[in-house]
Amino acid sequence: MKILVYIQRDGDSIGRNSIEALAGAQKFAAELSGEVMAVCLDSSLTEKLTGYNISEVITVSHDGLNTYSPLHFTAAMEQVIADVSANVVVFGHTYQVRDWAPRLSARLNAPFISDCVDADGSTGLTGIRQVYQGKINTNISAEGLVLMSFQSGAFRADSVETGSAAARTMDVDLSSVPATIRPGERFKESKGGVDLTRAEVVVSVGRGIGKEENIPLVKDLKESLGAELGSSRPVVDYGWLPHERQIGSSGQVVTPKMYLAVGISGAIQHQVGMKGSDNIVAINKDPNAPIFEIADYGVVADLFEILPKLSQSIKDYKS
Amino acid sequence: MKICVLMKQVPDKDAALKINATGLGIDTSDLTFVTNESDSYALEEALLLKEAHGGEVVVCTLGADSSLQVVKDALSKGADRGLFLRDDAFDNLDILSLSKVFAAALKDENLDLIFSGLQSDDVGNGQLGLLIAEHLNTSHASLVMETEMVGDSVIKAKRELESGWFQWTELDFPASLTIQSGINTPRYASLRGIMMMKKKTIDTKSAEDLGLNLTPQTSTTKMYIPEKTKETVYVDGTTDEIVSKLVDIFANDIKVL
Repeated sequence: MKILVYIQRDGDSIGRNSIEALAGAQKFAAELSGEVMAVCLDSSLTEKLTGYNISEVITVSHDGLNTYSPLHFTAAMEQVIADVSANVVVFGHTYQVRDWAPRLSARLNAPFISDCVDADGSTGLTGIRQVYQGKINTNISAEGLVLMSFQSGAFRADSVETGSAAARTMDVDLSSVPATIRPGERFKESKGGVDLTRAEVVVSVGRGIGKEENIPLVKDLKESLGAELGSSRPVVDYGWLPHERQIGSSGQVVTPKMYLAVGISGAIQHQVGMKGSDNIVAINKDPNAPIFEIADYGVVADLFEILPKLSQSIKDYKS
Repeated sequence: MKICVLMKQVPDKDAALKINATGLGIDTSDLTFVTNESDSYALEEALLLKEAHGGEVVVCTLGADSSLQVVKDALSKGADRGLFLRDDAFDNLDILSLSKVFAAALKDENLDLIFSGLQSDDVGNGQLGLLIAEHLNTSHASLVMETEMVGDSVIKAKRELESGWFQWTELDFPASLTIQSGINTPRYASLRGIMMMKKKTIDTKSAEDLGLNLTPQTSTTKMYIPEKTKETVYVDGTTDEIVSKLVDIFANDIKVL
């Protein structure tokens, strides 16, 4: 079995999700007596990649791939996959991959088992996905060529095996790729936005807070703790807090000493942004909320009863 | 301008879920169903574009009989026509096969734009809009936060990237856009809209109507409630007891006070 890992660049280095995906691919290659290859559409990463336990590093260098363009990336990968006769193509589940891997799936008529949290290599390669907002897991397998992406944290980046890999460059023909999608420059929106990544304590609020008028309850609590205020996506979507407070895949990724989640169910997209916290404390009235799967301390209760008294008790304790 | 909005009925986010007798699906008997959240934003974006530039909004769903409600709600809000893809043969299809059903149903519609929510709140593949874009050879953009027309046949989409980055992308028509939640404020149906809905057309299509005979390309081998990866210490008691235990944990175990 040939496992081809797509390596995405992040600044000057290999994206963390790509390293994690590579570590996963190495693990399954060992279980399935397979072979791991890596491909990057960028020559700046080749040297770094040859230091890992990979049979071959393929570098594709083409002017059409200098900046991200979904149709060009799809066409390039289509040609690489055909060249190496890959059986499985593995990706880190990034927003970039989400934007073109499905196209590749349709073009190759190869199923894309996306956003896996793990895989089972005992009998072929079975992707394990979270569904229904993380409440249920499902195992998915496919015959023939399959694409798979792995969620951030599915494998440990520090478990990746080093070694020495052969490298080759490959030419691709992108002359027939249409210019119907024209990506512009990347930009950041909020100037001087809030940096939640340095906070020692984050108090974060979710949909369970019910309405905008209840937000001060959480603000009181974060002030009593001297914490920063974070939020899950719905609270920002509803306009109750600004985007700069959002934690998760489309917001900031935090690893504070304590993450106190209030009324947050803990969907995958949120967990990605906070599961590395030293201590996770969750207050939620739903005992089945996925946040409890990763919480160190859990309180199954009505936040409206707990919060006012908790803020006051913390103030009392401090004085 | 002709826009199709793909919408899906999903279990309510707060619903307690049980695995069904087959072990490969969920028990839907006592569930409350709602319209997938990001799909409502996709519909609103289509209605806003239609109001500003003229045209037609077709709403399309695939699912069980109860999913017809999603189409009716969209028609009540101002969509012009419904397309309901209904066949027991669709039940066990994976997302790649399903995308072929949609592509077959939409290929002769002469659409300028296809809008969908960026992912469903149930299985959450986050692929459908892009799979269809490839089948129908359209341009695409995913995770769209804002749209802006440029002339008659180009749309600009502001895409959300990771870590607070954004990007505007120009797309030639026809284009498929997957819409992020929060992009607008979805409207409620008016009483007049609900009355008008009853006069609007909903076309139902089966696999046979579409000339399709599809088999799943993936198999679900297991479905289960995930095992906890962490040992959670549950803090319980009366409200006062919980509060005092929490203060003790903050001060002495986690040491943040």
